[in-house]
Amino acid sequence: MSNELDALYQEIILDHYKHPHHQGLREPFEAEVHHVNPTCGDEVTLRVHVDDGVVSDVSYDAVGCSISQASTSVMADLVIGKPVDEAMSIHQEFLTLMQGKGTVVPDEDVLEDGIAFAGVAKFPARVKCALLSWMAWKDATTQAGASDATASKEI
Amino acid sequence: MDGLLPELDVIRKDFPILERTLDNGQPLVYLDSANTSQKPQVVIDTMVDHLERHNANISRAMHQLGAESTEAFEAARDKVATFIGAPDRDEVIFTKNATEALNLVANTLAWATGDLAIGEGDEVVITEMEHHSNIVPWQLLTQRKGATLRWFGLTDDGRLDLSNLDELVNERTKVVSLTWVSNMLGTINPITQIARRAHEVGAIVVVDASQAVPQLPVDVAASGADLLAFTGHKVVGPTGIGVLWGKRAVLDQLPPFHGGGEMIETVRMDISTYAGIPHKFEAGTPPIVEAIGLGAAVDYLGHIGMEAVHAHEQAITRYALEGLATVPGLTVLGPLDARERGGAISFEVEGVHPHDIAQVLDSRGIAVRAGHHCAKPAHARFGVQSSTRMSSYLYTTPSEIDALVEGLEYTRSYFKLG
Repeated sequence: MSNELDALYQEIILDHYKHPHHQGLREPFEAEVHHVNPTCGDEVTLRVHVDDGVVSDVSYDAVGCSISQASTSVMADLVIGKPVDEAMSIHQEFLTLMQGKGTVVPDEDVLEDGIAFAGVAKFPARVKCALLSWMAWKDATTQAGASDATASKEI
Repeated sequence: MDGLLPELDVIRKDFPILERTLDNGQPLVYLDSANTSQKPQVVIDTMVDHLERHNANISRAMHQLGAESTEAFEAARDKVATFIGAPDRDEVIFTKNATEALNLVANTLAWATGDLAIGEGDEVVITEMEHHSNIVPWQLLTQRKGATLRWFGLTDDGRLDLSNLDELVNERTKVVSLTWVSNMLGTINPITQIARRAHEVGAIVVVDASQAVPQLPVDVAASGADLLAFTGHKVVGPTGIGVLWGKRAVLDQLPPFHGGGEMIETVRMDISTYAGIPHKFEAGTPPIVEAIGLGAAVDYLGHIGMEAVHAHEQAITRYALEGLATVPGLTVLGPLDARERGGAISFEVEGVHPHDIAQVLDSRGIAVRAGHHCAKPAHARFGVQSSTRMSSYLYTTPSEIDALVEGLEYTRSYFKLG
């Protein structure tokens, strides 16, 4: 009973939940989005600041469960300071892990603390909690036109 | 404990699912009956028997099976009419669920002419404690017709604020639609008192009885409602079947909802005439076996007696409120007196999100609901995003409440809340 629960609530997740990183809404930003989980009412307002093709800040105000709060904190850690393309590929890697129903072995070099969410993938009802802020970040970053800007720069 | 059903063990044996164990071998503690109730063997058997022996379409099959099926379907209507005290069995309309019943009313009112017509300057009154299915249809109606949507606010202890009843329900009011028992706060509303005021100003009264019919003895004729909706799956019946009861005088005035087979009198290429109630509102092949299952369900509850079911719910609710009060940091949303509320108890535990509470409880075999329970405005009123909700029914035991309280203590220790 407790083992199953411990697989979900890894220490890393509980640490991020109690002490979230990069919390709060900051300036400057190019895009702000508001995403909700319609089934449970969890919400996140998230801002993205892209500077010269690099995700230079992600700031947020979020209400939700331990999984969604910790996931937001880990996501911000992972993407801040990364070129947009690389951040997008980390997003894809996390998405694949979450949609893998517990069969995907996560790459710690890419996902760092994000590997703690491997256990969440076995709880279908919680996957959307873990993905809420990641989807919000992708939406905001896309809206910021950052992907396009980076692409045109590479040409 | 006073008030418990005398043969609770026997009643529990009627519900086969209560015997099962979960993945990790733990017994099931089902405290999510306001979401959907479990089904007694007699409902399951009645539905299987119909499918095995009597299945045919109703009202249009000129053979023995068709006659048997039609008879069983219409007998279910009789059983429901008796169960809710409907003066006329034709006033019982089968729908898909309570949501469809409420949408039927809101949509046909949008098309109504004469006394029931709604237009600019008219008002529809709801309450802040409604389920989304008794909010959104009225938003759609008032937006489409240029009418105004107004609502009763709530007091801090989770009751309707009736201090402005006479102002809120006035000569411009065409419809007052409210829940009898809140699915989130548990509050039992004084619908008769509100209906009296509504009728003074010529408004019709729509009652969402989704949480009331499972728990209270319901007499629709005495309730003050002109129209009343509930769903089968919360009264130990199957999903896919709901009921709209309405006074004949009101139902006769409303235009048809869906067009199709069964709801007509005659059809020509240019125009049709319509059947009388209930068939006017039952276009197409209905959920036949579900209606028959609902008939068996209300028969089952009727045999136990709704006074006894209500007393059981109150006893369990009182015991649960006492138990929950011992959990540090726990706040119940809604009235704290079991006599004034139904068996759904929503609560917050400081420092733990409802999702996490439900997850930890689930790991101990305890099923509760976490989220906004389709009542976001009611949650917003109390400044909370979501809550955890336990809900009991006639098969709930005091020891299941003990398991919940222990589970909540364990949840607090798991999240290191001392």
